[in-house]
Amino acid sequence: MSGTADFFNEMREPDGSVRDAYSSYCDWYDEQDARLLKRKHREAETNFRKTGITFNVYGEDEAEERLIPFDMVPRIITANEWRKLTKGIEQRVSALNAFMHDLYHRQEIIRAGRLPQRLLRDNAAWLPNMVGFTPPGGVYTHIVGIDLVRTGPDEFFVLEDNARTPSGVSYMLENRETMMAMYPELFMRVPVESVSDYPRRLAKSLAACAPAAAGDRPVVAVLTPGIYNSAYFEHAFLADQMGAELVEGSDLRVVDGRVAMRTTSGYKAVDVIYRRVDDEFLDPLTFNPDSVLGVPGIMDVYRSGGVTIANAPGTGVCDDKAIYSFMPDIVEFYTGEKPLLPNVETWRCADEDSLKYVLDNLEELVVKEVHGSGGYGMLVGPASSKKEIEKFRAKLVENPSNYIAQPTLSLSTCPIYTKKGLAPRHVDLRPYVLVSPDKIDITPGGLTRVALEEGSLVVNSSQGGGTKDTWVLKD
Amino acid sequence: MLGRTANGLFWMFRYLERAENTARLLDAGMRMALTRDLVTAEEEWRSVISTAGQRTAYEAKHGTYTGSQVWNFMLRDKANPSSILAMFGLVRQNARLARNAISGELWEAINENWLVIDEQLKKPVAENRVLDTVATIRRAGTLAHGALAGSMLRDEGYHFARAGTFIERADSISRILDIKYYLLLPSLSYVGSSLDTGQWDQVLRSVSGDRAYRWLNAGQIDAKGICEFLILDDRFPRSLAFCYCALRDDLAALARLHGTEGQSNMLMRDADTRLTDLTIEEIFDQGLHEFLVEFTQDNSAIAEAISTDYRFLA
Repeated sequence: MSGTADFFNEMREPDGSVRDAYSSYCDWYDEQDARLLKRKHREAETNFRKTGITFNVYGEDEAEERLIPFDMVPRIITANEWRKLTKGIEQRVSALNAFMHDLYHRQEIIRAGRLPQRLLRDNAAWLPNMVGFTPPGGVYTHIVGIDLVRTGPDEFFVLEDNARTPSGVSYMLENRETMMAMYPELFMRVPVESVSDYPRRLAKSLAACAPAAAGDRPVVAVLTPGIYNSAYFEHAFLADQMGAELVEGSDLRVVDGRVAMRTTSGYKAVDVIYRRVDDEFLDPLTFNPDSVLGVPGIMDVYRSGGVTIANAPGTGVCDDKAIYSFMPDIVEFYTGEKPLLPNVETWRCADEDSLKYVLDNLEELVVKEVHGSGGYGMLVGPASSKKEIEKFRAKLVENPSNYIAQPTLSLSTCPIYTKKGLAPRHVDLRPYVLVSPDKIDITPGGLTRVALEEGSLVVNSSQGGGTKDTWVLKD
Repeated sequence: MLGRTANGLFWMFRYLERAENTARLLDAGMRMALTRDLVTAEEEWRSVISTAGQRTAYEAKHGTYTGSQVWNFMLRDKANPSSILAMFGLVRQNARLARNAISGELWEAINENWLVIDEQLKKPVAENRVLDTVATIRRAGTLAHGALAGSMLRDEGYHFARAGTFIERADSISRILDIKYYLLLPSLSYVGSSLDTGQWDQVLRSVSGDRAYRWLNAGQIDAKGICEFLILDDRFPRSLAFCYCALRDDLAALARLHGTEGQSNMLMRDADTRLTDLTIEEIFDQGLHEFLVEFTQDNSAIAEAISTDYRFLA
């Protein structure tokens, strides 16, 4: 793939001058001693290791804890840009929630002919157990991560909706902590919106979704698959920051119609469970009978209003990329407004015409599995060899409805620190959105993922991507 | 607090104490080996392994006792489930498990030192590096206990951490004494022989008590004095009496926090009486070995009762 010169550079205008958002930062950067920057760059890694912000990697001999590389140059968004983004995100998230409710109730959108029935039939995340049931407060997607990409000054697109269990928010928080510890003087010069109260907002938002059975001070717990899970650090971190218990399936059981945790003084009811365990492992009585990560009978308690599960089971439907392709219609159907944030153009390979187009243009396109995530099982046409493309073509022809295709996006770039100075790399952005019955709360910032290889468009941490602190400037 | 978290805290501090105790033994062994001829040194290393309770595992692997084999076995050998590396790995794993019940300072004290220890023990350790690791373990212990004292909420978690510490320490002291009990019996000791004072010194050093003992006894060293010091002197932080003073307070605090006493409090009361009411003469009369065996069993029973009283396991 060619260099990054043709892409929208978030720091610099095409003539090389610095864009407004970055002007204070660049002034600071230019004043810095090169050796000091180099040292600070090394310190950052030590800092992450010490704090233990790692993710676990398995598959080799022994479990290994790795760091997600952190880049010290912040990704900066102006107050104005952020205002526009939040309006679009709010609209999209409220549509997602209404969509979930409709899907599990009257399915008006299908009756109206705006969404094909087969998309639900083929959707592995669809849960018949949720039909006719409304979660406490009517909230399905308590925590949403909307993946955005930018291609120009005013061009933001939604690349993916993460309505199941968006992860990475601990990096948003720790990246900021690290930046403040390393460059306190920067934060005295540049007015940056704080992200540090995210855990408090999360606790408040979750408590506002407590079931009727809860008392005045709802008990919130984070349900983790355990210390060997790749995101265990984040689970422990969020529980700690919220002042909530971190529970595993073996700590929970159903007692007197409530889900209760084994404390040192007996079983105590839990009102809201922020679960980081997938649907199929939640309840061995309802789903995967072999699961030891969940709680036998939790779904019965849930359906009878004894507990809130966040996010609601069955919300993974929205993460499906075939559903994604209908998001503009979905937003319009439920809000009555045109979508403020556009989708990336998407071809559904299930449609014959689209499939033909995709097959004819494979070397130009990005093709993804509808249920895939983490950057796996996809084809990036322009970066693939003829052989890889032909191999993928065979898979695609065999099961077209399993795929969607998108143009190779001109992802914007933001500089990273390298030994040779600043160099542009492609980035995306995941803001975190909290939904409670009367509020959609978006923390000003998010997780910026960055492809560390020159020219690469894959930002996933599982494939060599890094992260940056994300700044939303104050007015 | 979750029962599982309480269990994590309790064991985090037990393993930390165990790693520290092993490091102390190794430290004493190193010193001993340096002041002895080669033949006696082999004896000393065997005694260090026995005292650490690792003899069976060691002899399954090695037929001879050399310093380098012994310290590498105790520090890092994969065949040794009680190696310092394995112990400290368990400390960190339990800290991770109880991560949201411990302060950030405590977590970092463990995690930072783990990174150092893991690095130091990647390759076999040469004689001039043994004490580095011993020092790191001690530092980790000091930092962790400092962070516990200075940054942890005085809720049940704090008391579980301390209970784990003192249960393990008492267990370790009583085992060390029992393994050396024949050296400590007044009837068998021939006072003044240089070998024996050396052996006694070794016992004191194994629990880092040599300095405190000398200070209290103005250089006089005898078996009865050592036993009295390590069993009954509640001023010394590595005596049975001190451990049980502390343990009693922590178990009482737990009962208060929970509004009810459990089996552990009852057992504690009985055990405590034995330490406060007996004199060293009475202990010798009933038999030092018998006393220590009973103590170790009761100590395990208290640990077991804590685990049951506070629902550590499902």
